[in-house]
Formats: sequence, structure tokens, C-alpha cells
Amino acid sequence: MLNTIIDGLSLGAIYALIALGYTMVYGIAKMLNFAHGDIIMVGAYAILSIMMINAPVISVILAIIVSIAVCTALGIVVERTAYRPLRGASPLAVLITAIGVSYLLQGMAQLIFGVTPRTVDFKIPGNIGGIPVYSIVTLIVASILMVGLTLFVKYTRTGRAMVAVSEDRGAAQLMGVNVNAIIAITFAIGSALAACASIFYVMQIPKIDPTLGSMPGIKAFTAAVIGGIGSLPGAMLGGVLLGLVEKITQSIPFLSAYTTAIEFSLLIIILLVKPSGLLGKKRNEKV
Amino acid sequence: MLKEYLLNIKKDFKWKHYTNYIAVAVVFVLFTSLYYMGALNRSLPSLLNQVGYSIILAVSLNLVVGFLGELSLGHAGFMCIGAYVGTYVANLLLAAGMNTLLALVIAMVVGGLLAGVFGFIVGLPALRLRGDYLAIVTLAFGEIIRNLCKNIPIFGGAPGLVSDVYSANLQDKNSPPLFIATFICLFLMLIVIQNLIRSKHGRAITAIRDNEIASKATGINVTFYKLLAFIISAVFAGVAGVIYGASVSPVLYTNFDYNYSIEILVMVVLGGMGSITGSIVAATVITVLNFYLKAYLTGDMAAVKTLIYAVILIVMVVYKNAPALKSFREKYNFKKLLNKLLPHRRKESFVQDDEARWDVVTTKISMNEVLSTDLVVTESVTSPDKPDAPGGDE
Repeated sequence: MLNTIIDGLSLGAIYALIALGYTMVYGIAKMLNFAHGDIIMVGAYAILSIMMINAPVISVILAIIVSIAVCTALGIVVERTAYRPLRGASPLAVLITAIGVSYLLQGMAQLIFGVTPRTVDFKIPGNIGGIPVYSIVTLIVASILMVGLTLFVKYTRTGRAMVAVSEDRGAAQLMGVNVNAIIAITFAIGSALAACASIFYVMQIPKIDPTLGSMPGIKAFTAAVIGGIGSLPGAMLGGVLLGLVEKITQSIPFLSAYTTAIEFSLLIIILLVKPSGLLGKKRNEKV
Repeated sequence: MLKEYLLNIKKDFKWKHYTNYIAVAVVFVLFTSLYYMGALNRSLPSLLNQVGYSIILAVSLNLVVGFLGELSLGHAGFMCIGAYVGTYVANLLLAAGMNTLLALVIAMVVGGLLAGVFGFIVGLPALRLRGDYLAIVTLAFGEIIRNLCKNIPIFGGAPGLVSDVYSANLQDKNSPPLFIATFICLFLMLIVIQNLIRSKHGRAITAIRDNEIASKATGINVTFYKLLAFIISAVFAGVAGVIYGASVSPVLYTNFDYNYSIEILVMVVLGGMGSITGSIVAATVITVLNFYLKAYLTGDMAAVKTLIYAVILIVMVVYKNAPALKSFREKYNFKKLLNKLLPHRRKESFVQDDEARWDVVTTKISMNEVLSTDLVVTESVTSPDKPDAPGGDE
């Protein structure tokens, strides 16, 4: 049971890291970044490419650095080329573009690496009292990242500018905040977090294929909505909750086949009871 | 009485209202006669069938996304219900010795109705949630349905459900091709949805899209119309699913994932939200493109198909929506070009004045205009060919 809970928490931490990217982009750029899941896929392939160099310790460290760098750069490039021209257009147009970007990334990965899944040995070996070490590492590193992000948003100039843009873009601009730069930074941070998530994800499930990002992406998006999209603690809470539910239902024999259905039902029930998510702000509609 | 009625019909008659029917009928008659002359190659009937059910899916989704204005990402879920239930029912009926066509028709009714029930269930959260929240809920419903279909024992589990209609059609060389049934369904759907949209109920649905609170204040039953739009949309998606189930074997839950819902949404958005003709054209173009790209690009080259698709999608959406390109779009667009080429269209270059084109005109009205309409109506005479303007039809 303890094992299941630790597993659930570490999976939840991965979901939370991805969900943070969704929720930050939604809060600041007011768009659903459907391509966010595919950033994880790119991060995983970056790890795979570097791990092909056969130098044990160096390649692992290099893989982590390269994966984060590639994802961050990709996030900025995608924002600059695909989303910035549509600033101010209808949300649905931006959503469709994001879907296009998602297809583009999947297509490129498929063209370069092929459809057949590749495996990569990127696991921290050993276990402590039956609990695998990588789960514990995931949990600790993810917690540090989340605390760091919260402190960054609360106490730095850039972080406060991000909050200001998410509250009221026009007013923030009048106060001298460079909105375009802030949105680019948001995408960079979100993608870097997704890269970290991809590192831990590959440790848990070492199978890499071009559609690797879509399911964790959707689950993390669900987590962000459960927690209240636009709220950072909400994304963390939602992610951990979803990870726990997934691992616990998987460990119960007669429920394990229905894991996906149960997770998504949880989302629907929570939204019906609290339409803006667990920690989301309620917005009044004006005529 | 009758004379007056006929005169009214003649007065209101506009070719524009019938272009969709005529276009679909012409394509249908052309290909059916080609089929019976033996001029169609092997793959074309299956392509026609795919085009048919894609149009049904796109137009029915347009009812929710374009006319009701709610983003739905679970349309493939309704299709999944239709495909599984329809195939199951058809298999039972065929085993009982029923005629294939009759079994298919009953399967369509049952599959469509059951999908409609699920449409009602999905419509319920739509009463409480807005925008992106509703989008994720519809997506979640689609995934739940898929997960359940995978696990219900009578639906064959992981290997999928074997379709007997498909194998029966394959064995019987003289049976009429499936695309005839598909096009009849398509025609019925066009009649239902186009007439719905041009009726008072359709106006209520578009009113909810434009301003929910204002339409509630004018006495529109928002609950009823939201559920109505969801149910009708789901019923036709279910019928499309039954057709799909009759055209492949086995029916497999993995084909109805949210990527497929998104593909239908792409058809609706590229065709133009709230334009039925647009949905028909976009669904046809995308399906044909997919079909041939899939045929020519096999193996790892299938990635090229995804890439082409992605680039078209991004370029088209950015071109159509980017605020920076607005002046360029207004200067060089298709309508302007058409008006230049066709002299008789020059007069009505101001589309916004033409009531018959109300479905392509954005109907967002500012509060001032709403308040001032009363004055305009009492002072000026409303144009005689208004479809059903308030006070226009004595």
C-alpha cells in the first residue's frame, strides 16, 4: 500500500510539473497550449539521442542538460512563430494552431526517429525498503522545482510581472510590463518544467514513440482543470490527486481496466460541484 | 388559402437555400451512375463512403460549435457509441436472418438514439460550464466512452467487434454499395439541420451563442435549446458511427480517440464556424486529401502526411486570423475576386445587408443596436424578402 502511494505521488509529481506549464500559459496568455504534451515527447527524444553516446555518467548529465535546453528553446520558438502572430485573435483559432503545432512536432519526430517505439535505459537503479529510488528522487526534485517556481512567481520582479499580466494584460502593459517578453518567459519556464517531467517520465516508462506526449499531456491538462486552471497550487494539487487516483485504481484488480474512465469521471464530478476547479477563482459573468 | 401558401413559397424561394442539397444530389447521382456503369475503380466507393460520413460528422459538430458556440472535443465519442451499438445490433439481426439493408436501417435508428441519450448526458454539464472547461469535459466524456467500450464484454474487448454487415456486403457481389445509404443519411441530415437552423429554434440557438444572458432575458429557454443542439448533434454522429461500423471490420475503440474529435473540429473550423456549406467543402477536401496521402505515403513516410496536414493547418489559421494581416485579407479575398469576375454580384457586395447570408455574417450585436432596432423597424419598411423577420410576414 505504501508502495502504491509513493508510486502515485511520484506519478502525480510528473503530472503536476506538466500541469504547471498548462496552467501558467493559460493564466498569462489565455490559451490552451495543446502542443505542451508534445514538448515532453521532444524532451524524451533528446534524452534518447544523447544516451546513444556510450559514456555512463557524462551522457546522463549531458542528456538532462540538453533535454531542458532543447525544450526551452522549442517553447520560445513555437510561441514566437505560431502563437504570437495570433495574439488578439479568437481563442479557437489559437487552439487550432496549437493542434497544428502538435501534429507538426509528432510528424517531425516520426520522420526522424520512425514509428517503432525505442527504449532507453535512463533509470536510477536500486531501491530503499522496496521503494524504487527513482520514485523518491522524482518526488524530491519535483517538490524542489515547485517550491522554487512558487518563490520565483511571488518574490522576483519577473514573477510579479507574470502575475500582473495574468490579472489584467492591458493594465500591466500601461504600467510598463513588456507583455511579449513575459509571455515568452512563461513559455520558456513551462517548457523547461515539461522537460524535467520528461526526464522522470522516461525513468518510469522507458518506451519512447512519437505519440508519447499525448496521454500524459491530456492527463496533466485534466489535472490543471481539476485544480482550477490558472492557479499554480491548483495545478500541483490536481496533478498529485490524479496520480494517486491512477495508481490506486490500477492496484485494485477489478477496477484496473477502468482507470481512464475513473480519472476522467473524477474531473467531471469535481467540475459539476465546483465549476472553476478546486482552487480556481470564480469569475462573475457580466452582461 | 393554398394559392396564398404557394405564392408565399414562391416569394421566399431562394436558390441559395438549396445549393447544398443540389450539390450533394449531383455528386451522388453522378457517382452512383458511374458505379453502375462500372467506371469507378475499387477504392472510390470506399472514399465516397468516407466523405459521406465525414460530412455528417462535420455538419453535426458545426451545430454545437458553430451555431451553439460551445467547444466540443468529444464528437468521436458519440461516433464510437454509434459504431459499437450499431454493429452489435446489426450482427444480432443478421444472425436472426434479417435482410442486410433492413438490419442496417434498424442499427442506425438504435445507434443514433443511444448516441442521442449520451448527447443529453454530455449536454448537462454544458448548462453549468463555459468555454474551455466544457471543452475538457467533452474530451473526458469521449475518453470515458472509449474506455467503457473497450471493457464491455459483448463488444469484443481489445481485438474489437467484428462487423457482419461488412463481411455480408463483401461476399454478396451484387449488393448495392454502402455509399448510397450514406448519401441518403447525409441528405436527411442536411434537411433536418438546415431547416432547424432557419427556424425559430435555430435562431434561438444562435442567440444563445451571441449572448446567453440577453437571450435568457428575452425568454429563450436556454436549457432546452442547449440540450436540443447537443442531442441532435450526437444523434447524427451516432448514425455516422453506424455507417462507419458497416464499412470496416473490426470496429476498434482506438480509432475514436480525441485526435479524431479534433480532426472533425478542424473540418468545422477550416470550413468556417456556422457555415454548413463550409463544413461540407472542408470535410470533403480533408477526407480526400487524407485518403490519397494515406494511400501514397506508407510506413514511416506517413509522417510526411502529418507534416503536410500540420503546415496547412497552421498557415491557414494564421493567415485567416492574424490581426497583422487584416488589411491584406480585406484587400485580396475570394469574395472580392468573385465580385469582380461576376458582374451581377457587384451590386450586393455588401454581404452584411443580405439576410439570406445571415449564416456567414457575424451576428454579434452591440447593446446600442439592440436598443435602437425598435425605432428602425417602426420607421422604415422591412424588405419584403426577409425570411422571417419580426413583423415582416403579414
